[in-house]
Amino acid sequence: MEEAGLATITLASMRPVVEKMKPPRALYCEFPLGRPLGVPNDPEFQHRVLAEAFALLDAPNGPVIADFPDVIESDEQPLACSLPPRFDPNLPACVDEARGLRKAYDRAVASRSRTDLGRVLTADQIPDALAALHRIASGDDWKTVEIPGKNTIAVMHDIRAYYDEACLELADGPEPGGRATEAWFFEATEAGKTCLAARQAIKDAGGPFPFWFYMAPGHR
Amino acid sequence: MNGDQAMREMGKNLPVPEFERTPFTTPPTLRTATVAIVTSAALHCVDDERFSPADTDFRTIPAEARDLVMGHWSPNFDHTGFHMDIDVVFPIDRLVELQADGVIGRVAPRHFSFAGNQPDDVATIRLDSGPRAAAELKRDGVDVVILTPV
Repeated sequence: MEEAGLATITLASMRPVVEKMKPPRALYCEFPLGRPLGVPNDPEFQHRVLAEAFALLDAPNGPVIADFPDVIESDEQPLACSLPPRFDPNLPACVDEARGLRKAYDRAVASRSRTDLGRVLTADQIPDALAALHRIASGDDWKTVEIPGKNTIAVMHDIRAYYDEACLELADGPEPGGRATEAWFFEATEAGKTCLAARQAIKDAGGPFPFWFYMAPGHR
Repeated sequence: MNGDQAMREMGKNLPVPEFERTPFTTPPTLRTATVAIVTSAALHCVDDERFSPADTDFRTIPAEARDLVMGHWSPNFDHTGFHMDIDVVFPIDRLVELQADGVIGRVAPRHFSFAGNQPDDVATIRLDSGPRAAAELKRDGVDVVILTPV
């Protein structure tokens, strides 16, 4: 793009990458990954980031790397978010839980007018997908269990979107930092525990690496 | 080590293309410049074609679009910031405000989105879809591009 005559400014999230690639102008922002402007719903902060970025246009030549002065750590403590009580003891806990979150998810979609769910599943299919993962986690052969949506990465994306969006609707208090809902999902919910157990079971049974690895963040 | 630390540690040794020289364009003064956003967050409009897992192409985002979905395939970063506020990834409303305040000349009519999960050499974007997106930006009279990752 720069070669084509455009002046580019990279908001960099990994400093060593821009040190090696040497783009013309980079502003290194040590913010939670996934939040390149730093703070959601804080226009003033976002304007500070843009101002620092545009200031790099004054450099007479490049490459130039600058550091945004504020560092924002990700918040890896599980978000405090109440979960629905057990309703149908005959269902696997994760399926019961997902059904119980449906109203919160629907409210979230209504208030935001958009959803990230829908890569391969509908909201109606979330409990079915969790039921399939529960079977794998409980010892059924992953090759014979039919998972709605099939692609485990996409299925996990949709389950996470359903839970994240419901959680943001239910949680009180300040807006959660980066990874607070991730920690909540994998550490506090039945669905998260089931997904990790299914992932482990597929791995232990010799399933292909991409099939299980990307079901959860790498450090998990 | 927490999630972001683990990812940044991995980034230290991530194989990336290295170049002998850095191209450099001197832009016009910011208050007359047309500014666009190009993101690697795999954003797309709700009704647009979704990103496939190995998608090397880009999607076009009209300046007025707000019905955006994050189609990125990686589970290794936070998605909830975007759930709460699209501007934390795609600062389109901030650019509109800067245009109203006269800080920038104008917001580009179209913005572009790629998927950040790419092969290590990023060859297709460098040689094909990237230059095509650049040509589209030039066609819209864009001077300055803000690149936002996730």
